[in-house]
This record gives sequence, C-alpha cells and structure tokens, in this order.
Amino acid sequence: MTQDPTQDPLVTFDGVAKRFGSYTAVQKMDLQIHQGEFLAIMGSSGCGKTTTLRMLAGLEAPSEGVIRLSGKPINDLPSWSRDTPMVWQSLALFPFLSVIENVEFALKMRGMGRAERRARAEQWLDRMGIAEFADRNISQLSGGQRQRVALARSLVVEPQILLLDEPLSALDAALKVRMQSVLKTLQRETGITFVYVTHSQSEAFSMADRVVIMSRGKIEQIGTPQEIYRAPRTSFVADFLGSSNIFPGQLTRDGQGQPIIATPSGDFALPAGNTLGIAGQSASLTVLDTRMQIHLQPPGDARNSVAARMIGEEFVGATATIYFETEDGREIRVQKAHEDLADLSLAIGKPFHLSWSPADGHLVSE
Amino acid sequence: MNQENEANRNPFVNGALKLYVLLAYLFVFAPILASFVFSFNSDRFPSIPLGDFSTEWYRAVAADPLVWEGLRNTLLVGVVVGVISTALGFGAAYTDYRYHFMGKQVYLALALLPPTIPVVIMGLAMLAFLSRVNLSGDALAVIIAHVVICAPFAMAVIRLRLSQMDPSLEPAAWNLGASEWAAMRHVVIPFCRPAILGALFVTMAVSFDEFAIAWFVSGLNETLPVKVLGFLQGQVSPRINAIGTFVFVTTMTLLILAQLLLGRPDATEKE
Repeated sequence: MTQDPTQDPLVTFDGVAKRFGSYTAVQKMDLQIHQGEFLAIMGSSGCGKTTTLRMLAGLEAPSEGVIRLSGKPINDLPSWSRDTPMVWQSLALFPFLSVIENVEFALKMRGMGRAERRARAEQWLDRMGIAEFADRNISQLSGGQRQRVALARSLVVEPQILLLDEPLSALDAALKVRMQSVLKTLQRETGITFVYVTHSQSEAFSMADRVVIMSRGKIEQIGTPQEIYRAPRTSFVADFLGSSNIFPGQLTRDGQGQPIIATPSGDFALPAGNTLGIAGQSASLTVLDTRMQIHLQPPGDARNSVAARMIGEEFVGATATIYFETEDGREIRVQKAHEDLADLSLAIGKPFHLSWSPADGHLVSE
Repeated sequence: MNQENEANRNPFVNGALKLYVLLAYLFVFAPILASFVFSFNSDRFPSIPLGDFSTEWYRAVAADPLVWEGLRNTLLVGVVVGVISTALGFGAAYTDYRYHFMGKQVYLALALLPPTIPVVIMGLAMLAFLSRVNLSGDALAVIIAHVVICAPFAMAVIRLRLSQMDPSLEPAAWNLGASEWAAMRHVVIPFCRPAILGALFVTMAVSFDEFAIAWFVSGLNETLPVKVLGFLQGQVSPRINAIGTFVFVTTMTLLILAQLLLGRPDATEKE
C-alpha cells in the first residue's frame, strides 16, 4: 500500500446517509479513502455500493452528512465542477463521436484549445495501446478496446481519483482477468486513487489494497483482502465470501470454565484470545473450508469435531470440494487436494467425522 | 427473410404472395398514378386512349399568380411550422425522458392528443378562437393551427430516439465536466440529430398537405391544398392533376428523407 498514515485522507464520508423517499439506500456511513490506494467497495445488488459511488461523483446528493475531497466539503458542488471522473458499467461512450473525440471530451468541456487537447488525448490513447483506433467509430471496437477508450476518456484530465462502477461486468472471463491486470498496473503507475465498485469477490480481492464490504446500506467490514478472508468480522461477511463454514450458537463456558460456543451441531472450543464477548451472547464460529480434516473415525484429540454424512462432491482443477450434512441438517464444505482423499474411499451417504483445530476457528458477531 | 425460409418455401405460394402485395400497392397508388399520367396528357378530359404528351397544364399552373401565392404561403407556413413544432416536440420529449413528476401520464396524454381530434372540429375551434383574438385570416393563424397538430408528431419521433439513449450518457457528460446546457448541446442533441431532422421533415410534410384546418383559418392567405379545392369548385381542369402531382412529389420527398434519416443503421444502434 502506498498510503502514508500521517497524511490526511483524500476522501472522507462523515455520517453520510442517502434516502430515496422512505427507502434508505445508504445508512449513516463513515469512510476514509486514502491518497493513492485501490479501494474496492463490494456487496450484492441493492447494498448501496453504487449509490455511495454516485454520491462521490455528484450524481446523487447525500440526505445527511458531509463528503470531503482533499479536506473541502463537496456536497454542494455539481458533478461538472468536481474532478471525479467515472468509468460506467455501460461505459457510456458517446456513439456519435470518434474514439479520439470521446477522449478529448472532458478537455473540450474545460475549454482547452484544439491542438493541445488532441495531443493530450493522443498520449492517453497511446498509453492505453489503442492509438491506431483514434479515428474509428465506437461501434467498430471490441469490448476490451471500448474499455480502454472509457479509461482513457476518464483519465485524460489526470484526476486525483477515478471512480469505477463494475466496468468489467460485460466482459468474458479471460478478458476480465486481462483487464484486471491492466487496471492494477495503471493504478500503480499513475498513483491515482481508484474506487472500484463490484459484486465480484475475485475482482475486489485480486486488485484492491483495501476492500469495503457493504450490506443493506451499511459497511460490514473494511480491511485488506487477507484480513477479511482470514477474519471476517460478521457472519454476513463470512457467508458472503462463501469460503467458510458457519456455526451459529451461544457463547458459554464448559465444566472447566473454558470458553466454548454451544451450537446445534455440538459444543466447540474457541481459539485463544478470540473471546468476542460475555457468556450468553449469540455469536457464530466460522472455519475456512480449507482448514477442515476428514476422518473415518472420531479424531479423539483436542480437535473440534462433528459427525456428518457426505452428500456430494465437485471437482475443480486440482482441488475437490466435498459437501457434508450434519445430523442437525447443517451443510458443511471441505476443500482438499485430490491426493489427500485417496484412502478415504468417499461415497455419497457414507458417515464421516470432520475436525478442525480450535486455533483455526474464528468468532464473529451476528 | 433469411435463406432457410426462402429455401423451404413453395415457389408458387411465394410468387402469389408477391403478386398480391404488388396488386395491393397498385390499388392504393392507382388514383395518384392516374393523376400523374393525366397531368401530362394534352386532352381536356381524362379519357383513354391518351392524347399527346404535354406540359401545358403545368405551364397554365405556373402562369397563374394565385398558385404562386398559394405555394409561397404553403412553403412559408411549412418551414416555420416545421421548425417551431420540432423545437416544441423536442422539449416535450426531453421533459418526458428526463423528469418524473406528478401527473406525467396526463401531461403525455395532453401532449399527444391534438392529432386525434377530428380536423373539422379542430379547424372550427381554431377559427372561433383565432378570430376572437383577431388573428384569423392571417398566415400566422395557419402557422399556429398547424403547430398544434404537428408538434405531437415531432414529439413522438424524438421520444423514440431518446428511449434508445443509454441513460448513463448524459450523466457521463456531466461527470466529464459538461454543465447541463453543455451536455444538452454536445451530447443529447447530437445523439438525437437524425430524429430531429426526421421530425423537421415529417412536420413540414404534414403542414404542406394539411387542408381542413387551413381552409377554416387561412382567409385570403390560402395554402396550396386550399387553392386546389377552389379550382375544383370552379371548373374541372387537368391543372388540378398538375398541382396534385407537385404536392404529392414534394410530400413524398420529405417523408422519404425522414425515413432515410430515421432508418440509418447508426440511428437505431444503442451503445
């Protein structure tokens, strides 16, 4: 990360809320975006991520709170007076203009002379590797080329911050991966702050320095991809990421006074130093699906374990995902390499024991 | 029709259908065609066999100062009506595209209503109103009356084009530093240009052709269609064929121009 903690944040959301009539799209939100970082805002549709971005771009006015850009409140600044260019989900390229005229548009609106803006636009087309298409029509370009035009059109004003609203969602899988590395490299080279809105975990986690996870207009967690993956803060985040098994239950203490969690699937020992709150409180234990072991007999040591019946399997490349169901009907997923499964003789309906070390558990609030 | 369908079709049925379409068109256009043919015929009365080829009726028409006056009125009214109706139609269509407000359905219904009112009633109402404000009999009266019936056509054409516009296009322009007026000038109008020109030609054609309302309110400033009725009432003359052909060719040219503009591949393409 390029951010300097002593530096003031580039953007701050200070108690910002957005309501549409009786519907609350974004609840009172506090968020800091640092100079030069790649921030992804992730969530499912309707979680308020796009509204957040549109408020930053000046396309929606906050119902409450203050948004600051470089310390200055920008609430009352119309979109055209902010330097917050955006790359749109539909790209929104102007179909009646050529590629270079599209890129020149922002400079023309700023009153830059014809020769100068042409030169600047050519530089950016060159940088994006699409100089040869300068005089083409937008309709003559491929999806990836249009993407590059949209980026050049926004970056030509050399802004401090670039907003991206699911720009890759229309591309096929291979092109998506290629554009991700283009974006990441571009961000690193220019040092421009990127705010990237997406519903895709793979996009957010592969590019972003920090990820904001939103749900129902609220921030659920902010952190680096590693932090969020290892230690989801709420059961929503754990569930949304989909890589953990979740056991909801009640915090309590066992006969020896050790903290445990009582769940319908059994009582489990907790990781040391991860006792979220007081006994009696509701919480969930999450365990990454790669950290679970499969046994034919109960492990019988200090490991947490639960009996479960195999209900299915799925092979993707070198790993297999095996699905189990516990006696109380909870589905559990385990990911393993093929060679680890050889002597288990897996079969649908066969009973197994699943175990994990208490240290691999992670406690989240509801 | 794609190749596959073509291959599977019975050639006899195919031929019969084509013939049917041809006959239907012939039936529709026969009177106009007859008028066209007789306008070049030297005989006084339309009859078969035809007499000699002659342009004497055109010359007779061209020599009549009243016809020239009618044509001048028609053209003046048509151009002014086209420009005003297109501007109004664009405004109405853009309002519909951009804003949501209470009573929008009523607004739309009212905006599109005038062409559905029987022209005789419309003409009479116009006459009653315009004579009250001392405008009746003026070319301005015809312009006002024609704008009322033409603007909805312009609105319909432009509204269709706006519905094809990516809703992000205008906000994208604001986001890139264009004020609302600049976005209108540099994005919305260029995007709608084919439809705006199309609306201009369609409204001109409607005004050029319109007879009933013009007859009520034109007074001494008669337009060409009103003049034609005058001829008919006075005498049967092949000059009517000559004028009819001229009006038809002019209107069709305007409509074909509009069609070409609206049907251009980039006009229907949505980015």
